[in-house]
Amino acid sequence: MVQCLDPPLDLAFAALADATRRGIIDRLGRGHASITSLADTFQMTLTGMKKHIQVLERAGLVVTQKVGRVRTCGLGKRGLEAEAEWIETHRKLFEARFEALDDIISEIEQERSNDSAS
Amino acid sequence: MTQQVDSADGARNRTSVERKGDRELVVTRTFDAPPSTVYKAWSQPELFRRWWMPKSVADVSLVACDMDVRTGGKYRLEFSAGGSDTMAFYGKYLEVVPNERIVWTNDEGEEGAVTTVTFEERGGRTLLTFHEAYPSREALEEALQGSAAGLPEQLDQLDELLSGMDD
Repeated sequence: MVQCLDPPLDLAFAALADATRRGIIDRLGRGHASITSLADTFQMTLTGMKKHIQVLERAGLVVTQKVGRVRTCGLGKRGLEAEAEWIETHRKLFEARFEALDDIISEIEQERSNDSAS
Repeated sequence: MTQQVDSADGARNRTSVERKGDRELVVTRTFDAPPSTVYKAWSQPELFRRWWMPKSVADVSLVACDMDVRTGGKYRLEFSAGGSDTMAFYGKYLEVVPNERIVWTNDEGEEGAVTTVTFEERGGRTLLTFHEAYPSREALEEALQGSAAGLPEQLDQLDELLSGMDD
């Protein structure tokens, strides 16, 4: 099946407004899982979990595939982007911090060598 | 094993950020100085405040920085985006071993992480590991929503604000 349109962004925001659904995204970030095992992990009924997955699927955050009798869930493109963005944000912040820290460290080293020279 | 960084040519050392398991964030970086130097820059407030919130990332400045870096000591950092509002981050040091490690709590939120930074000697250089452990997967999710979703957004807003002020 070809998806012609990106799901509207507000669907994604609405989907992520719920703590359980954010938890599901987090869980799927570490690998695929069946609806049954997700229901188990989040201690809810199968029906309840199916509803959450439907919301996430409509928002493009999760994709599901039925193999035999088991429906397996994985992260959709948008979910993977959120994960990558999170890592990237942290990396940028720490990179900038550590570059500034490099400068301070050079200063301290310089002072130390001046002290030992005098 | 390949060495990630060749410091001889002056190339910048690589900062690696990864998630570990359900509820941990790990940042590593090598510095071209011994642990005692890196520790000093981290543990003395007048030095720490000069690099923790670099201008290149945000025009948010650290307006207050109280750090009593010893086991049981407390810290409080206050940030300002230029207006009268400040944002405070605070907690206490659970463990301090000079030149080796600092462990602190992040008490501003309900389910704050415990942060550990270690300084390991590697042939005259320092391997720094910054490790954040959240009490639960949900707490990490909150942080993910807050800092990752919030930070770029805040920065964008700030960019807009500042570019508007130039005219």
